[in-house]
Amino acid sequence: MRTIVKRGTVAALSLAVMASAAFAENVKIAFIDPLSGPFASTGINGLHQYEFAAEALVNANGGVLGGQKFEIMGFDNKISPKESLIQLQVAIDQGIRYVAQGNSSGVANALTEAIDKHNRRNPDNRVLFLNYSAVDPALTNDKCNFWHFRFDANADIKMDALTDVMAVDDSIKKVYIIGQDYSFGKAVASAAVSFLEAKRPDIEIVGNELHPIGKVKDFTPYARKIVASGADAVITGNWGSDMLNLGRSIIENGFEGPIYTYYAAADGITAAFGETGKGSLRLVSEGPLNPIASDRAAEYVKAFKAKYPDGNVSQARITNVIEMLARAINDAGTATDVVAVAKALEGMEHDSLWGGKILMRPQDHQAIQDVHIFAHTNEAVQFDYDNSGYGMVVESSVVMASADAPTTCNMTRP
Amino acid sequence: MDLILVNLIDGLVTGLLLFMLSAGLTLIFSMMGVLNFAHASFYMLGAYFAYQISIYLGFWMGLLVAPPLVGIVGAAVERYGLRRVHQYGHVPELIFTFGLALLIEELVKFIWGNDQIAYRIPEILEGAAFSISSYDIPAYKVFMIFLSLGIFAGLLFVLTRTRVGMIIQAALSYPRTVEALGHNVPLVFMGVFGVGTALAGVAGVIAGPVLSTFPGMAFVLGSIVFVTIVIGGLGSLGGALVAALIIGWMTTFAKAYNIRMEDILTSLGFTKPEPVWDSAWADLWTLTSPQIADILPYLLMILILVFRPHGLFGKRDV
Repeated sequence: MRTIVKRGTVAALSLAVMASAAFAENVKIAFIDPLSGPFASTGINGLHQYEFAAEALVNANGGVLGGQKFEIMGFDNKISPKESLIQLQVAIDQGIRYVAQGNSSGVANALTEAIDKHNRRNPDNRVLFLNYSAVDPALTNDKCNFWHFRFDANADIKMDALTDVMAVDDSIKKVYIIGQDYSFGKAVASAAVSFLEAKRPDIEIVGNELHPIGKVKDFTPYARKIVASGADAVITGNWGSDMLNLGRSIIENGFEGPIYTYYAAADGITAAFGETGKGSLRLVSEGPLNPIASDRAAEYVKAFKAKYPDGNVSQARITNVIEMLARAINDAGTATDVVAVAKALEGMEHDSLWGGKILMRPQDHQAIQDVHIFAHTNEAVQFDYDNSGYGMVVESSVVMASADAPTTCNMTRP
Repeated sequence: MDLILVNLIDGLVTGLLLFMLSAGLTLIFSMMGVLNFAHASFYMLGAYFAYQISIYLGFWMGLLVAPPLVGIVGAAVERYGLRRVHQYGHVPELIFTFGLALLIEELVKFIWGNDQIAYRIPEILEGAAFSISSYDIPAYKVFMIFLSLGIFAGLLFVLTRTRVGMIIQAALSYPRTVEALGHNVPLVFMGVFGVGTALAGVAGVIAGPVLSTFPGMAFVLGSIVFVTIVIGGLGSLGGALVAALIIGWMTTFAKAYNIRMEDILTSLGFTKPEPVWDSAWADLWTLTSPQIADILPYLLMILILVFRPHGLFGKRDV
């Protein structure tokens, strides 16, 4: 009996080993983001965008290194830094060399530190961190390291672009800044203050306020304060239901000026704002869908919507992550030596699917790209969000935004 | 001055909404001793049902049909779930309602997805009803005020002026005696549970469009509802109203005015440490009232529990 059990175990184990050997052909990318809980919709939509980009942009063209396919593997971190570190370890144990994460800078800060430590201690199985959405400027400044690459424009770059637009608008005399009480909200507020001071010293900042994140049931009192302050424009880095409720409350309580945001789109927010947000909501981001850059991009969005009718191509930069990683692996001639891949990524110039160029700045691994200011509207919308008829249309663009912005990054290279 | 008036109205809206939620809960709690953790989930169900109905038949039919539907679900939960669990005591009941809350949330996610849904206020109520100096009062808020006041009046009338109300009140205090008099107390319980959850449903229907409808909406309001009934006193409808209004005004005013801890502490004679961020008390010194607005009700609850354990208007201990 015992020998049978033993044989069975041996057989099962060898099968498992063979199975993983069969998969070893693939280049696996661990997608560590919330796949359950209150932020699951953002995470799952991101996962779909990754899977689709890998399939459509790499695998359909024959993969990398002459036939290796990209494989995206979802790991649920429940948006908790602690859970993310556990998932990171699981991913590393499975032999995964590439980690993609984006939701929450708190998680990104934990991951970048852990990956730096891991790579120093385990030179044989190092991993790269592909940050596609966490925009805390510190990640490419004081806390930068060789293994971290950011494909989104960071909070400072976005604010730089946003304030460029505000600076030429003479009707703006008073600005109210409101945000969520954590690292990102604070980063947005301090960037807004310093850029406005530099570009338009005559603008008065009539309010600069943080509110508890995810805890405010009713934003009416905040909206009253904003109206009472006589502000001409509002700046907020809010996301999720905090964005929706704040925006709606401000508009419903009689505020008529523009609301400059980072994340007031997709994941149900565009549909929920609908007509209410028209004329008020502005958003700073990359990767425009309206107008679309090329037929190829249009085909891509259509194919994505055909596969995921309820999804949105809301994080256009994900295609840049996939395409640039594929190029870097091909240039380096290896998918396992991540130092070579990282060196190929550094300084890479890439023609984005969404138009414009991307430059992965070598000194801090911050992607420099075109940043656009969008308006929430239902006019001239070719590709809407949430199937609502409403979408984000480019109002103005800053080409290669903040390309010469200083960085305090001083990374040690292997 | 104008701003004070506007904040009074805003606080009234928040308070009345909270009242509608807690009215049902306080009745259920005091009558059956069931700490219904799933109460806010029925509020969420109300919003989602109304959204689904409003797609086909418009907002008003949603308002009319969704609450009774929620009430039927609630009554069924009492009849086929709680009543069976009841015989095993309070702890299984607690676990049952807790599990129910999780179940409803997952169910909502399963059917309607994780996203915010586009449940909007009807067109006729869009825009401002009137404005006080430069502050608009949305028409929808005025509608919310009148609807909840109407429901309060209706409830009060049923409970104090009708035969059904008398039986309910009697069953609240002496269920065995009422049973001995030949009344069907389990039926009364089921009815109260159904009406209580239907009230939560109404709150969901009218709050969904303004506070946004998403699977986390029950969780956001879940605990504050319990705070309300503890402050007001268990089983007291009037207490629930007063407590809800106090909480509404307290949080609204705390958010509307930037009262800084620094000013309070200096006026009390403390000196501010310089630089403040090196001090061990930095968090205390830099506190502002909007930051702590949402925990003020919990502070009040603790004070009430210490100094008046049966709540403002309650007759029994918690």
